[in-house]
Amino acid sequence: MAELFSKKNKEALTTPLLKNNPVTLQVLGICSALAVTSKLAPAVVMGLSVTIIVAMANVIISLIRNTIPNRIRIIIQLVVVAALVTIVSEILKAFAYDVSVQLSVYIGLIITNCILMGRLEAFAMQNGPWASFLDGIGNGVGYAMILIIVAFFRELFGSGTLFDYPVIPQALYDMGYINNGLMLMAPMAFFLIACIIWVQRAKDKSLQEN
Amino acid sequence: MKVLRNYLNKIKPNFEEGGKLSALRSVFDGMETFLFVPNDTAKSGSNIHDAIDSKRIMSFVVIALLPALLVGMYNIGFQNYLAAGKEGTLVEMFLFGLLVMLPKIIVSYGVGLGIEFIAAQLKKEEIHEGFLVSGLLIPMIVPVGCPLWIIAIATAFAVIFAKEVFGGTGMNIVNVALIARAFIFFAYPSVISGDSVWVATESIFGLGCDLPDGYTCATALQLAAQKGAEITNAAGGVLATGDMISGLMPGSIGETSVIAIALGAVLLLWSGVASWKVMLSVFVGGIAMSLLFEYTLSDNPVAQVPFWQHLILGGFCFGAVFMATDPVTSARTETGKYIYGFGIGAMAILIRVLNPGYPEGMMLAILLMNVTAPFIDYCVVQANVNARARRLTKKN
Repeated sequence: MAELFSKKNKEALTTPLLKNNPVTLQVLGICSALAVTSKLAPAVVMGLSVTIIVAMANVIISLIRNTIPNRIRIIIQLVVVAALVTIVSEILKAFAYDVSVQLSVYIGLIITNCILMGRLEAFAMQNGPWASFLDGIGNGVGYAMILIIVAFFRELFGSGTLFDYPVIPQALYDMGYINNGLMLMAPMAFFLIACIIWVQRAKDKSLQEN
Repeated sequence: MKVLRNYLNKIKPNFEEGGKLSALRSVFDGMETFLFVPNDTAKSGSNIHDAIDSKRIMSFVVIALLPALLVGMYNIGFQNYLAAGKEGTLVEMFLFGLLVMLPKIIVSYGVGLGIEFIAAQLKKEEIHEGFLVSGLLIPMIVPVGCPLWIIAIATAFAVIFAKEVFGGTGMNIVNVALIARAFIFFAYPSVISGDSVWVATESIFGLGCDLPDGYTCATALQLAAQKGAEITNAAGGVLATGDMISGLMPGSIGETSVIAIALGAVLLLWSGVASWKVMLSVFVGGIAMSLLFEYTLSDNPVAQVPFWQHLILGGFCFGAVFMATDPVTSARTETGKYIYGFGIGAMAILIRVLNPGYPEGMMLAILLMNVTAPFIDYCVVQANVNARARRLTKKN
C-alpha cells in the first residue's frame, strides 16, 4: 500500500486540485465550463462524466502505451476516448434522460475537451496505469470542482434555485428582488471563473506571474 | 481658505504612515487634492505645467451634465403629474423629481466611491477621480423606475470589472457608466426596458401622484418600432417636435432634453474637454445611416422615422455628447476620431432599425466602438507609417 500512495502518486492526485487546476491554471475545458454551468445538476453530471472518462482513458492508454506507434498515437487516443464517451452517453440516456437532454451535445463533445488529450499526451503516455488513474481522477475532480462552484453561483443568482429546489424565499421576491438574467448567459461564467482565478492567485503567491 | 489649509496641515500627520488614522490615508489624500491643487512636483524629466488636472476636467464634465440633470428631474415630475392628469406647479414637479433622483445619485456615488477608496487603500495609491463623472452618469442613463439595489449592484460590477481590474481611472477600455447600464440591460431587462418603468408611479412626502397599478407608458423609440403607432407622452397625447427637443417625454432620466444636452455640449467643446471631431462624426454617422435605411427599407417602421427625429429621440444626443467623447475610451488619433464617431452613429441606428428586440442602440454602439478604438488607432498609425515609408522609397 505504501507504494500505491508514494509521494509521486499523491502529487499526481492532488496537484490538479489546486496548484495545477486544469480550468483555472491551464485554462483548459473552458468551453464546457461555460456551456453546462447554468444549473447545478448538469454541472455535477458533466464533472462526474469527465472524471470517469479521463481516469479510464488514462488507464487504457497507459496500459498500451508501449505498443502505440508514435506516429498514430493521437488517433489511438481519440478512439479510446470516443469509445468511453459513447458508453457514458448511452448510460446517461438510459438512466438520467433529463440531464442528458440538458447536456445535449456537450457529453459528445467531451471528446474534444482539451483536458483529456492533454492528460493522455502529457501523463498517460509516460506513466504506469495506477499513477495515470490517480492523475485522471485528480484532473477530473479539479475540473468538476470549478464547474460546481461556477454552477452554484449561476443557479443561485440566476434562477434562485439549487438543484432546481427554490432557495431564495418568496418574501424576497415580493420585496422586489429579481433574478439576475446575466448569470444565465455564458459571459457571466467567464466573470465567475475569472473571480476564482483572482482569489486563487491572490491567496497563493507562488502562482503570481510578473 | 487659509483656515481650511491650516486645519488640513494640522490633521495631516495622523494620516501619514504610522499615524493614528493611516488606514484612511487615501480618503484624506483625496479630500486634500479635491480642495487644493496638489503640492507635488515632477521628480524627473521635463514637463509642461498646466493649470488643469484630471480633477478639474472631471468637474467640467459634471458641470456640463447639470442642465440635463435638472431638466431630467423636472421631467420626472412633469410626466408623473401628466400621467395622473393633475395640475402641478413647476416647483412641485421639480422637487418631486429631485426627491426621486437624489437616492439614485447617492447610491451610485456611495457604492462607486466606496469601492474606489478601498481599491486605492489596498493598492496604496491615490484615489482616482474618474468616478466623479461616472457616478453622476449612471443614475442619468437609467429609467426612473430602476430600483436602488439594482443600481448599487450594477455600479459595483462596473467599477470592479470595467475599471479597477484594468488599473483604475484612465486605464479602462470601455465606458464605466455604460457597462453599469449594460449590466442592468442584460441582467435585469425588466427594469430597463418594457413599458412600466419610464414614469415615477409613487408619491414621495406628499409630492407627486400615486399612479394606479399596471400603469404603462412606452418610450418614443418603442412606439416608433410599432407599425402605425403615434409617438405619445405619459398621458397618451401625441408628442410635438417641440416636446422632443425640450425633453418633456418619457425616457431615461438625463437623455430626453436636447436643449439641456446642447448646453452641456457647448461647455465641453468650449473648454476643450470633449473632441468636436467625435461629436460631429457621431451625428454624421447617424444621419447617413438613417437616410440609407429610410430609402432602402420601406416596410420597417423604425427605418421610416425621419433622420432628424432619430437624432433627437432616445439616447442619441446624450451618448454623442457625454459618452462617445470620453477621452479615455475614444480613439486617440485625430483621423481615428472621425472613424470612431461615425461608427458609433451608424451602429446606433443600425441596431435601432434592424434589431426589433432592442429599441435603443446607442449604448451597445458606443461599447462596441470603445472596444474597436485601439484597433482603429493601430490602423491609422500603421497607415501613416506606410505612407511615410513609401514617400521615402519614392524619393530614393
